[in-house]
Amino acid sequence: MISYLGRRIIQSILILLGISLITFALLYLLPADPVRQIAGRSATPATVESIRRQLGLDQPFLVQYGRYLWSLLQGDLGRSYIQRSEVSQLIVARLPATLLLMLGAIVFELLIGLTMGIVAAVRRGTRTDQSLMVVSFIGVSAPQFVVGLLLLYVFAVKLGWFPIGGYGTFSHLVLPALTVAVMSSGWYARMMRSSMIDVLRQDYIRTARAKGLARATVLLRHALPNAILPIIAMIGIDIGILMGGIVVVESVFGWPGIGQLVWQAIQRVDIPIIMGVTLVSALAIVLGNLLADIIAPLIDPRIKLR
Amino acid sequence: MSTGEINRAAGASAPAAAGKPVLDVSGLTISVRGEDGARDVVRDLSFTLARGETLCIAGESGSGKSMTSLAIMGLLPQPAAYVSAGSILFGDLDLARLEEGRMRRIRGNRVAMIFQEPMTSLNPVLSIGRQLVEAIETHTALSRSQAREKAIEALRAVRISEAETRMKQFPHELSGGMRQRVMIAMALALDPDILIADEPTTALDVTVQGEVLELLRDLQRSRGTSIILITHDMGVVAEMADRVIVMRDGAMIENGRTEKIFKAPATEYTTALLAAVPRIGGGSGRQESRPPGSAEPVASVSDLQVRFDLRGGLLGRVQRRVHAVEGVSFSIRPNETLALVGESGCGKSTTAKALAGLIPYAGDIRVGGRDLAGLGKDERKAVRREVQMVFQDPFASLDPRMRVGDLVAEPLIIHKIATRRECRDRVAALFERVGLPADGMERYPHEFSGGQRQRICIARALALRPRLVIADESVSALDVSVQARVLELLRELQQDLGVAYLFISHDMAVVENISDRVAVMYLGQIVETGTRDQVFSNPAHPYTQRLIDAVPIPDPARRRARFSRMDGEIPSPTRAVGDEPQRVVLRDIGGGHLVAA
Repeated sequence: MISYLGRRIIQSILILLGISLITFALLYLLPADPVRQIAGRSATPATVESIRRQLGLDQPFLVQYGRYLWSLLQGDLGRSYIQRSEVSQLIVARLPATLLLMLGAIVFELLIGLTMGIVAAVRRGTRTDQSLMVVSFIGVSAPQFVVGLLLLYVFAVKLGWFPIGGYGTFSHLVLPALTVAVMSSGWYARMMRSSMIDVLRQDYIRTARAKGLARATVLLRHALPNAILPIIAMIGIDIGILMGGIVVVESVFGWPGIGQLVWQAIQRVDIPIIMGVTLVSALAIVLGNLLADIIAPLIDPRIKLR
Repeated sequence: MSTGEINRAAGASAPAAAGKPVLDVSGLTISVRGEDGARDVVRDLSFTLARGETLCIAGESGSGKSMTSLAIMGLLPQPAAYVSAGSILFGDLDLARLEEGRMRRIRGNRVAMIFQEPMTSLNPVLSIGRQLVEAIETHTALSRSQAREKAIEALRAVRISEAETRMKQFPHELSGGMRQRVMIAMALALDPDILIADEPTTALDVTVQGEVLELLRDLQRSRGTSIILITHDMGVVAEMADRVIVMRDGAMIENGRTEKIFKAPATEYTTALLAAVPRIGGGSGRQESRPPGSAEPVASVSDLQVRFDLRGGLLGRVQRRVHAVEGVSFSIRPNETLALVGESGCGKSTTAKALAGLIPYAGDIRVGGRDLAGLGKDERKAVRREVQMVFQDPFASLDPRMRVGDLVAEPLIIHKIATRRECRDRVAALFERVGLPADGMERYPHEFSGGQRQRICIARALALRPRLVIADESVSALDVSVQARVLELLRELQQDLGVAYLFISHDMAVVENISDRVAVMYLGQIVETGTRDQVFSNPAHPYTQRLIDAVPIPDPARRRARFSRMDGEIPSPTRAVGDEPQRVVLRDIGGGHLVAA
């Protein structure tokens, strides 16, 4: 177990290094010039050059990347070009909001997706099954800003059940988390359905019924743990997809998380912030996958971590 | 209603009178809804089951025997299958009409069932103990610790050692035979009136099969349970049954005492079924022993070694090795059948795969006198053509989305032997040769029966005119009558084409019928080899003797009181790095009959 964790952590570090290199290269190749953004339109060429030199942006790519990596190893994510403060402080201030949104989204998507999937599998071939699958299909294909606006219009504007935007209480969380969750719950519903149908066909389900167990016991104690295994691996990957949705949803709902931070940074070519948020998100994805792999053997004793 | 009341209610309804049958099935008809309306899979079936009796329902696939057992359990795959007429009387209760809630109290409690596949019949994510305790708790008012006691008792009753430790283990940590014993423990823990065993030993190795049958017999004697044993194996019927029902196409065609049915079957079908059963010792289709030819061997294997590395640790270094094949040597001449026998995990299939070039190996493999190791890619491909395989499962080894004609033609196209046009003629000729209708070429695999599919696989293997065909358990999945015909076909093809067979099997009776020479494998090594007569009339290695003894004899008059018992589980071929297994030394005990010392 310890050697497994050690190997996985080394792998994770290599992955993060790779991501930092690729992101850095992409930003370097970007036609937009961060110095112009900082200096403003009226700046003279001399001012522009001096800012460029100050930020080290006149150096060749490898030198720039080397410098970034060196400070990164010392735990320094650099300073924002525009906001004049440490990137790490900006991220730390906004991370809790994003993590909360993400957690809320995962809870919602599992609740909705898994329930839909199980019900559809148990009633497969019926009207219920068909309508649930249509709903899940709509969920998967609807663009997130549309879902967000729709939910806002119905539940905040018309019904007034939830606030329109902002941050602070549980009721603030519901609509944004639901918006992020809609797409993935569609995926989960479909995956859970096929996984469950597959499990319900297995011999051990027949054995469980032959013992005289009640239908619900067979379903929850015997089928569910087996059916949920592929879903757990999916949750790890899902965190990456969630990050994409969060950027959009935080803007729609005015949620003060790192999604908004990076959205503003992209518009102003604030490279240190983009790099910082990308690395933090990548770390979240890597940790999510690691967590999923550690949870799997707790459910399935056949899986051994080596 | 508390569980205690439920139990009493179910207990009271069980038949009490000694003379009355435990189960009375009359006029049972089971229908399955299909695309073109409902079809009867079991028609007007009537039988009774007396207390303490073993009733065998025998028949080939599609005879409706499994459907019958599921109907008794109320476990028919609904809504597609349902009881359309007749009754299943258990005491005063008609199980065919009982609503689910009351059926559930009987299921697993008064009527229990064990299934064919012990490997998949236990839930992989729950411990053995939990699965046993759960069954007991469902039907009794016992506390958790009392239920645990009862579960351990049940495991001891099925002769599982260290029962308390086993309770904590998971199904994948037990062998197939152990799992089936756990299933039996689960079924018998509550002392049911009826135990339905659906092909309980079919998926097990022969030596384990004997143990499980003996166990069932002993438990029945001590508890007086009535057993309905569903099987296709007439050997098992002869060993176990008091009475036999023979089913065919959903109808009962014969019903009587075991001795009577074996001695004087009333119908032609039963006669043919009994004749098709392979028997050891001058049985039906046994071929004449032939003197070994002096021709150059088609293939020779010497000192073959196949190991699989298991990696682990921080750097992913090799920590353990599976020693699948250790120093196996043999050769096969044209027109000869060498049988490689042994139980699951002995390395026989791995040997075949190495010979067919499907996995990496160490050692020396020669095909047609040429060493495979020294060849380039193209030459190797040419040599590959000489060796073709036919696999065990004819349902899984044909691509369901390809026409069977294309499947048979594929090797010709891959090896660029024939144009598409020539292919058609060659495939048509092959179809005729293996006894398939020529118009079948345009159809898809699912339109054929198991036996026909295996013929398609054989045609595919023969398409390249190989000199050696490896048949890996190729007839094991087939019904006996189909099996006999496929074996006959293999024999004919050998006479016509002079092809050599490496025939891999666990079934000693089949091996005795088809082979010229036999090699017995145990734990990756050959422990005995010789001509068929040498091995079968004078088996010298204890493992060979056990294999032969374990085959059920299809003759109730020669029923055995005791099967040969294993000395425990077969050891694992997985070993630590550097811990090499000891090689056995083969000694000639006369006329080329080699036996491990």
